[in-house]
Amino acid sequence: MEHFTPLASTLGGVMIGLAAATMLLFNGRIAGISGVLGGLFGAPASDRTWRLSFLAGLLIGGLGLLTFAPQVYTDTLQLPLWALGLAGLLVGIGTRMGGGCTSGHGVCGLPRLSKRSFTAVGVFMFTGGLSAWVTMNWILGGAA
Amino acid sequence: MKRTPQHSLARCAVAAITGVIFALGLGLAGMTQPGKVLGFLDVTGDWDPSLACVMGGAALTFGICYRLIIKRPAPIFDMEFKIPQGKKIDWQLVGGATLFGMGWGLGGFCPGPGVVSLASGGKGALIFVGTMLLGMAIFKLWTDRIDSPSAGDDGQEEAQEQEPIQAG
Repeated sequence: MEHFTPLASTLGGVMIGLAAATMLLFNGRIAGISGVLGGLFGAPASDRTWRLSFLAGLLIGGLGLLTFAPQVYTDTLQLPLWALGLAGLLVGIGTRMGGGCTSGHGVCGLPRLSKRSFTAVGVFMFTGGLSAWVTMNWILGGAA
Repeated sequence: MKRTPQHSLARCAVAAITGVIFALGLGLAGMTQPGKVLGFLDVTGDWDPSLACVMGGAALTFGICYRLIIKRPAPIFDMEFKIPQGKKIDWQLVGGATLFGMGWGLGGFCPGPGVVSLASGGKGALIFVGTMLLGMAIFKLWTDRIDSPSAGDDGQEEAQEQEPIQAG
């Protein structure tokens, strides 16, 4: 457990929760990333602007991190690009089909005690665990 | 409260600020590092419980705020809260979550950290987000076709726009 960062991760989590609460208080929306992004496809123009604004905010925040804390982008895994391409495809289809991701079902759905979100989180944590095991042991060849 | 153009602008400003805070939180939490995510998901390895702290901190914070906020009759800049009310556990929910988990454990990215990591200029994040948007477009096209066979043109156009991103 040498990489465990309880304080920074909890604080980061609190910030994520506050961001989601801000979105709900002012705009009445659930800040589920896959929902906000996926809604761009086929949304009327009036509904598109706030989604693009949120996306722009994520990128601005990302650039801020790059400037002031570039170490957050330290990638120790060096996954092959085909794996990331396939991962993206699965995440894109899966989040739209399942109606949410870690933010929509996890951060926002669990505290609302949504039965659908509890089911989704249980399922994606389980398949995520299996898949991560395959990635670590077979694709990255740790125990091959 | 009526919807006015001023409110539309205000909603966009809120969305942008929310995005920035969200991104900074993800970065601080370590979620832009796929190694930390896989270190959590793969419990058989050198286990890193950090992701549980992120999820716990975020869910607890949002949970407290949620209970206070929904006592209001409406959000500040819109007429009503748009909160999912579905209760049905169907094969789409389970199947979708299954696919999402597989992708998450394969790449170590979920949608938020993927988008934020675009700012790093890394090729991996670019490819991940490109194919993720492609996947979202494919799903939209597919559901449009099921709902009404003639209404697929719009989605098709958007799907084609996504393809160059994937190629890059």
